[in-house]
Amino acid sequence: MTYSAKFRVWRGDAEAGDLQDFTVEVNEGEVVLDIIHRLQATQASDLAVRWNCKAGKCGSCSAEVNGRPRLLCMTRMSTFTEAETITVTPMRAFPVIRDLVTDVSFNYQKAREVPAFAPPADLAPGEYRMQQIDVQRSQEFRKCIECFLCQDTCHVVRDHEENKQSFAGPRFLMRIAELDMHPLDTLDRKDQAQDEFGLGMCNITKCCTEVCPEHIKITDNALIPMKERVADRKYDPLVWLGNKILRRS
Amino acid sequence: MSDFEEHRYDVVIIGAGGAGLRAAIAAREAGMRTAIICKSLFGKAHTVMAEGGIAASMGNVNSNDNWQVHFRDTMRGGKFLNNPRMAELHAKEAPDRVWELETYGALFDRTPDGRISQRNFGGHEYPRLAHVGDRTGLELIRTLQQKIVSLQQADGREAGLNEASDDMLKVFAELTVTELLHDASGAVAGAFGYWRESGRFVVFRAPAVVLATGGIGKSFKVTSNSWEYTGDGHALALRAGSTLLNMEFVQFHPTGMVWPPSVKGILVTESVRGDGGVLRNSDGKRFMFDYVPDVFRKQYADNEDEADRWYKDPENNKRTPDLLPRDEVARAINSEVKAGRGSPHGGVFLDVSTRLPKEEIIRRLPSMHHQFKELADVDITAEPMEVGPTCHYVMGGVEVDPDSAAAARVPGLFAAGEVAGGMHGSNRLGGNSLSDLLVFGRRAGIGAAEYVAVLGNNYPVASESAIAEASATALAPFQIEGGENPYTLHQELQQTMNDLVGIIRNASEVQQALDTLADLKARARKVSVEGHRQFNPGWHLALDLQNMVAVSECVARAALLREESRGGHTRDDFPAMSAQWRQRNLICSAVFGPAGLEAINVVEQPIPSIRPDLLDLFDREELAKYLTASELPVAAADTDGDSS
Ligand SMILES: Cc1cc2nc3c(=O)[nH]c(=O)nc-3n(C[C@H](O)[C@H](O)[C@H](O)COP(=O)(O)OP(=O)(O)OC[C@H]3O[C@@H](n4cnc5c(N)ncnc54)[C@H](O)[C@@H]3O)c2cc1C
Ligand code: SF4
Ligand code: SF4
Ligand code: FES
Repeated sequence: MTYSAKFRVWRGDAEAGDLQDFTVEVNEGEVVLDIIHRLQATQASDLAVRWNCKAGKCGSCSAEVNGRPRLLCMTRMSTFTEAETITVTPMRAFPVIRDLVTDVSFNYQKAREVPAFAPPADLAPGEYRMQQIDVQRSQEFRKCIECFLCQDTCHVVRDHEENKQSFAGPRFLMRIAELDMHPLDTLDRKDQAQDEFGLGMCNITKCCTEVCPEHIKITDNALIPMKERVADRKYDPLVWLGNKILRRS
Repeated sequence: MSDFEEHRYDVVIIGAGGAGLRAAIAAREAGMRTAIICKSLFGKAHTVMAEGGIAASMGNVNSNDNWQVHFRDTMRGGKFLNNPRMAELHAKEAPDRVWELETYGALFDRTPDGRISQRNFGGHEYPRLAHVGDRTGLELIRTLQQKIVSLQQADGREAGLNEASDDMLKVFAELTVTELLHDASGAVAGAFGYWRESGRFVVFRAPAVVLATGGIGKSFKVTSNSWEYTGDGHALALRAGSTLLNMEFVQFHPTGMVWPPSVKGILVTESVRGDGGVLRNSDGKRFMFDYVPDVFRKQYADNEDEADRWYKDPENNKRTPDLLPRDEVARAINSEVKAGRGSPHGGVFLDVSTRLPKEEIIRRLPSMHHQFKELADVDITAEPMEVGPTCHYVMGGVEVDPDSAAAARVPGLFAAGEVAGGMHGSNRLGGNSLSDLLVFGRRAGIGAAEYVAVLGNNYPVASESAIAEASATALAPFQIEGGENPYTLHQELQQTMNDLVGIIRNASEVQQALDTLADLKARARKVSVEGHRQFNPGWHLALDLQNMVAVSECVARAALLREESRGGHTRDDFPAMSAQWRQRNLICSAVFGPAGLEAINVVEQPIPSIRPDLLDLFDREELAKYLTASELPVAAADTDGDSS
């Protein structure tokens, strides 16, 4: 079951870098992260990569495998042929720090801008009563492991640094939707979503949903319903859709 | 030596898991200028991996539950070696800590009447674990993370504090602390570390430091723990002059994945059994019925029918032995495998597929379903899993004051969470860690704030030479040429601890481990690393290795001394539990030489006694199984009380 695989791994820093070729052993059942670890232990001890849980739970090991945003720890080697060359590169939407490690501070910045949960003033701890059916929608979004793969994928910012200021990205638009759907949150978040966090820039391509390792239906369950809520209040939905298409071209 | 960044705080918290974040909230709410430091990105601490739930006797599912029952279960699980005051505070305060999370925005699974749902878990008499599917740790960490953000927003918007200044609550992510700083008297004066990203040094000047660094599992080969678990906090405490308690107690979780090899050790949550899954050997037999120890006969069923009725009707039936405390189940699996009744890849079978409908499994155990499908090509709704023991948790840890979480012997040092010792005795019950993090994290934050308040303006000052020394030590691996590769040493260490100080121990093997550790200690000082200081994992490992070796020596030395079997310490040369040994804690301290920490010294110390009102919660017959005759309540008390 053991074979030698060809790997191309991006190595470098903010200034410069390139793809380096490696030939490395692969064993049954391994994932790409195992191979990166083997490279560290045997060929490149200073190869930089983030990881923690190795079980798809922490969202640390995000990178791009053959150009596709993925968790390295959940990408099984058995999904490639033995002859294939596997290319591993850092997430493209964020500045490189070193090798596979990128500067994801954009995401933490956005997280800090979203106004926090606003609890009801008249309920003491222990008095919260919510039905399962009502918490379920927000619970889906709280499965998010903050891997930022959706942020990496979304074309609004992937190759458009200039949009980062006005667009929070799918992860944080979903966070706003999550709070908006929280049965006990007391803030109205619709105007904010539209005006401060750029909900209008999303044109529902669903690319974010496709890469989400938690299989959260970001677009269908968070972004579109949020748009509908905003639209109910503000716009004719057809008008904003038209606007987006125009702006894109 | 001015090549470092400098900050000044009142309270510095090392660790951004449940314990660290809860401590930070408490310290900040007490008006302290507070910093949080962590090795990973914010929100990635080990707590994120917790699955099953958080134990608190809210009584939402069974109203018979209360703190006394939780206290009893915790003491039984720990085989009465727990610090009784800690177990008491924990049982009493856990419900408030969980309810408080809802005010921060947490969304737990609900009961039909809209309250927080609670599930069964090993060693807990009633359904007690608040949970969110099987991703409770994620909910906990995200909730606390978002609470921290909300406090930062308050600092920024409302109080108008400047983000760049040290006045604002701040998270220093991907920064590793390598040394604690103290003044001439030994009082804490701050911490020294490096940015992982740039390798640049940072000095934190602060009179109080809270250690919330988690565990030590990365010293073992098969483990559910991540790279962060290198025992840094344990080692920092030792080097600062504090002491570690009962380090021989290491929990091997009974159910880790065993196949494929690259995922060996990854956890399979106990909720699988709590929700109906059962263990079977290669003959298809539910073997746990053969392994119910005497001390637990009263609480566990001795046949399958009763065990199966218990899920629906816990009032009139005894619980299934699949849910015995973890140490019992881990040893049982170990015995079955040794007896040749294991599964193809050296574990046993854990089956939920014949026990619950498919949809129910996916709803209740979504991440287990996902994990097995993605990593092992196993559909747990259709076939059994293969599982075996994995190093999971360390019960031993920094010796602390139960009420304030102050670390022994070092003013200004506090510890909470997995890095602290005492709370769980010789074995931790599932779900009791997350609650421990919140209860004692909060207490540590308050303890630190109170300590700082008393100091007034007299903050201890670190010596400049100590800072210079810390940076020289951190850079040493770059100066050495032709030394060994840190990865090689790490693998040797893991193999040694796994094979010789693992789940079943004996004197000669532990002695052998100590010899290997002595050799590794010398070699670890001479490893060399390639490349430069920018995000260099080889360098990081070279530094972590020193901590792992020191902590492993603590585990091995204490394991050699304790000549009995109890909880997470099993000696096949001393298979019985001894009431005499229960009276003794083992305390590790550092012996210093010219090169810093030279060796580990372990001494016995009497265990704190259990208050009479707490003893009264048990009947005498049960106590007699654990305590010496002279410790038992006077016989007269026996007549007036069949305690509930
Ligand atoms: C897979 C798994 C499942 C679990 N499930 C459950 C469960 O269902 N219920 C339960 O109660 N318990 C469970 N546990 C146990 C529980 O999750 C841990 O014991 C607990 O999360 C530890 O929390 P902590 O706050 O002490 O430390 P952690 O969450 O581990 O955080 C430690 C922090 O310290 C930082 N740190 C460490 N060293 C340094 C350093 N040198 N410098 C700077 N920062 C440092 C780390 O970066 C990290 O932020 C589980 C454990 C595992 C592994
Ligand atoms: S659906 Fe919206 S947020 Fe998601 S990738 Fe497309 S544009 Fe971006
Ligand atoms: S929504 Fe999905 S893809 Fe986006 S950060 Fe969360 S887990 Fe990752
Ligand atoms: S390492 Fe945690 S998600 Fe990959």
